Amino acid sequence: MSTDTPDAPADDASAEDVPADDPPSRAELAARVDELEDALAAATDEDGAKKMSIIATKGTLDMAYPPLILASTAAAFGYEVTVFHTFWGLDILHEERSKDLKLSSVGNPNMPVPNAVAALPGMDRVTTKMMEKRIADNDTATIEELLETSLDMGVEFQACQMTIDLMDYDEDDFYDGVTTGVGAATALQDMAEADIQLLV
Amino acid sequence: MSAEYDIAETLDVKGASCPMPVVKTKSAIDDLDAGAVLEVLATDPGSMSDLDGWADGTAGVELVGQEEGDDVYKHYVRKTE
Repeated sequence: MSTDTPDAPADDASAEDVPADDPPSRAELAARVDELEDALAAATDEDGAKKMSIIATKGTLDMAYPPLILASTAAAFGYEVTVFHTFWGLDILHEERSKDLKLSSVGNPNMPVPNAVAALPGMDRVTTKMMEKRIADNDTATIEELLETSLDMGVEFQACQMTIDLMDYDEDDFYDGVTTGVGAATALQDMAEADIQLLV
Repeated sequence: MSAEYDIAETLDVKGASCPMPVVKTKSAIDDLDAGAVLEVLATDPGSMSDLDGWADGTAGVELVGQEEGDDVYKHYVRKTE
């Protein structure tokens, strides 16, 4: 009240003005309601679909799954999905490398071998083969299958241009349908517009 | 048993695991006409919860029933629009 005091007379004056105006007619109010309903419909229908934005940064066999499973599932829900692949996550989009993703045997205490043994040469190959066998035995979708399915469902896969240059990859190395020539600003814009944002 | 629904199409995703039952159901539903019911046969126990959640969160589909048979989970999804 005290800080508003200087403005108070002005407020009072305008408040007094209100009753002096003719109240809007029923027709005017109805027109205004129609106008607002149209504006609301335009605002909500403009892009009815929900959006999900995923940033995929990891390229190990185990970490390639979550972004692809979530992307394909969200697409099944009708989401518009963008997955921005950067650093090792780019290997998921690399047609050749995606078929040969490795599982690290070190750094994961849940592995059946102690780290000292896991660090021996060739152990990554062993753990990767083990996981690949489990994937096949369980009829779990392969990375390639998930990627092709997601592409078919309209998921947009983006390959970070900076990483393409850094890794010295060629645009032709990626699956058909992968978007190249995009950077962090594109990803940020997608995230800003998305209902769900995930960093994997 | 499933005669209560007029099944337009049956999708067999037996053996497939997450996320394929949901993803393939979505694709199969897209090919149907409004009002048609899709029967989905799955062996993934997670499909019971996943298809329910998917139908609940997806516009234009309705889960009209689920049955747990001998090693097979049956789902009935109607395309509503």
